[in-house]
Amino acid sequence: MPIVEAEGLVKRFGQTEALRGLDLQLDRGTVLGVLGPNGAGKTTAVRILTTLLKPDAGRAVIDGVDVVAEPHKVRARIGLTGQYAAVDERLTARENLELVGRFFRLGDARGRSVELLRAFDLAEEADRPVKGFSGGMRRRLDIAMSLVARPRVLFLDEPTTGLDPRSRLGMWDLIESLVAQGTTTLLTTQYLEEADRLADRIVVVDHGHVIAEGTADELKTRIGGERVTITLGPEADVGATVAALAPFRIDGAEPAREGRELTVGVRPGTTTPEVVRQLDRSGVDVHDVTIQRPTLDDVFLALTGHAAEERTQEEAA
Amino acid sequence: MTASTTAATVAPAEEVHHLQHGVVSALRDSWIEATRHLRVIPRNADLLIFATLQPIMFVVLFRYVFGGSITIPGFTYNQYLMPGIFAQTVVFGSAFTGIGIAEDMQKGFIDRLRSLPISQSAVLIGRTVSDTLRNMITFAVMLAVAFAIGFRFDGGLLRGIAATALLLAFAYAFSWIQALIGLSVKSVEAANSAGFIWMFPMTFVSSAFVDTASMPTWLGKVADANPFTLATNAARALYNGRDPGNSVWQALLWAAGITVVFAFLTIRRFTTTATRG
Repeated sequence: MPIVEAEGLVKRFGQTEALRGLDLQLDRGTVLGVLGPNGAGKTTAVRILTTLLKPDAGRAVIDGVDVVAEPHKVRARIGLTGQYAAVDERLTARENLELVGRFFRLGDARGRSVELLRAFDLAEEADRPVKGFSGGMRRRLDIAMSLVARPRVLFLDEPTTGLDPRSRLGMWDLIESLVAQGTTTLLTTQYLEEADRLADRIVVVDHGHVIAEGTADELKTRIGGERVTITLGPEADVGATVAALAPFRIDGAEPAREGRELTVGVRPGTTTPEVVRQLDRSGVDVHDVTIQRPTLDDVFLALTGHAAEERTQEEAA
Repeated sequence: MTASTTAATVAPAEEVHHLQHGVVSALRDSWIEATRHLRVIPRNADLLIFATLQPIMFVVLFRYVFGGSITIPGFTYNQYLMPGIFAQTVVFGSAFTGIGIAEDMQKGFIDRLRSLPISQSAVLIGRTVSDTLRNMITFAVMLAVAFAIGFRFDGGLLRGIAATALLLAFAYAFSWIQALIGLSVKSVEAANSAGFIWMFPMTFVSSAFVDTASMPTWLGKVADANPFTLATNAARALYNGRDPGNSVWQALLWAAGITVVFAFLTIRRFTTTATRG
């Protein structure tokens, strides 16, 4: 039985429908990535699942407990890290963690804080006010606070939005290690790359409902995966170039030619150096080689025929 | 972060944490939330200094600038003015409740609290209680300054304490109005202006600084009907050992009424509406 199960969730804010019958399921010990553009309804869904918002229709059950009927029991089972680091800036990192521990009536809130400070690499700044923390440190503390009571499900709402690229990589490592320890996680993101790396299964959300779901590989296959674009030199032989690319090509992917640019669908994980070496060996005259990884826009284009649109209005509520 | 340390650290609990219920647990939640605010008071010297300087400034301005031209029958102006300054200061102090709540909302901390298995009203009770305790510190400073410039508990220590408690109870009631404002506005800045703006007419169109009989008739009527006038008169009578008549009970009724009505409205709004995100 899935640990999180939502059926037909509907939520309206005035005239706008943030959710129009959203379904999702999360199995114990796995990571579900909820992928969609701003305003797709991701945050609204998380807020309903974490009891912060009541749905207008539909139902959601977490660990066998209905979120509307028994929110208190649900809250004892979940950890939530929202889009904005929910830490008390005036307190130190240690005090923030102890506060949550005391609210949960942990026998040893102090000891638990020390454990988490070490695990989240915050031990050295434990007694500094959070006000001076970097975005990445705040986010780490925020997640640590969500884990004080060892929740059965962890909700991470856009955990890397607003982080610089280095902190984003650090956050990915951290989430991966949480997942490795068996933390069941529901993660929302706008980045296909992030869902690809962290999630076992992905649901793609658009305009308040799920438009596709599957593993990252399944989705990529549906949208054509990665593409390599080659800028041919004046002497280049198109036929030889296509032949040279055969080892990387996805079966049945037709090369597309536009002027001096040749684009071919390639298997996931193909790297630029590999392609360059292969072309070199074949003696093809090439000016440039680039690999495009599919983005959220590609997913949307493939699935809906339109690019990912922002609908900020809905999520502002 | 190393894998070995996390193994023991984040693994989901076998047993779901034991749930706390009932009034005792809710009170404990409230106190835990109150200590979140109380422990930062000594660290936020700026705020405390500002909250103390403002009343000292008012004391000095009214006492020494206007005091000479204001005469109140039956009182020295000092004995008349100080209870009014005390009342105004603690009621102004209640605005910090709304500002603090708006800040917690804006920064997402309210979401953190609402996603914990704690009493929802504890979040608000903890805030209003801790703000009242901070108001007591401000009050102590004001009393010290007032005594230094000659104010005395002419009604004796017990009545002085009773008057102080009454004003704090009145300010506590107002902190629930501010809490509702803090929950309703869209930003900390808005909480700041929406919290203070109406308190100026409320505290000045009253008996706090002058005799309401000296105002234009219509304004005097407004001032007399103002519950803030009632609270000030009650406290003033107690501090000065005069007969307060029914004003003490009426003021306490107002405080209780405002607390009940606004606590109900605020808690209902808190538990049923979405927070900003």
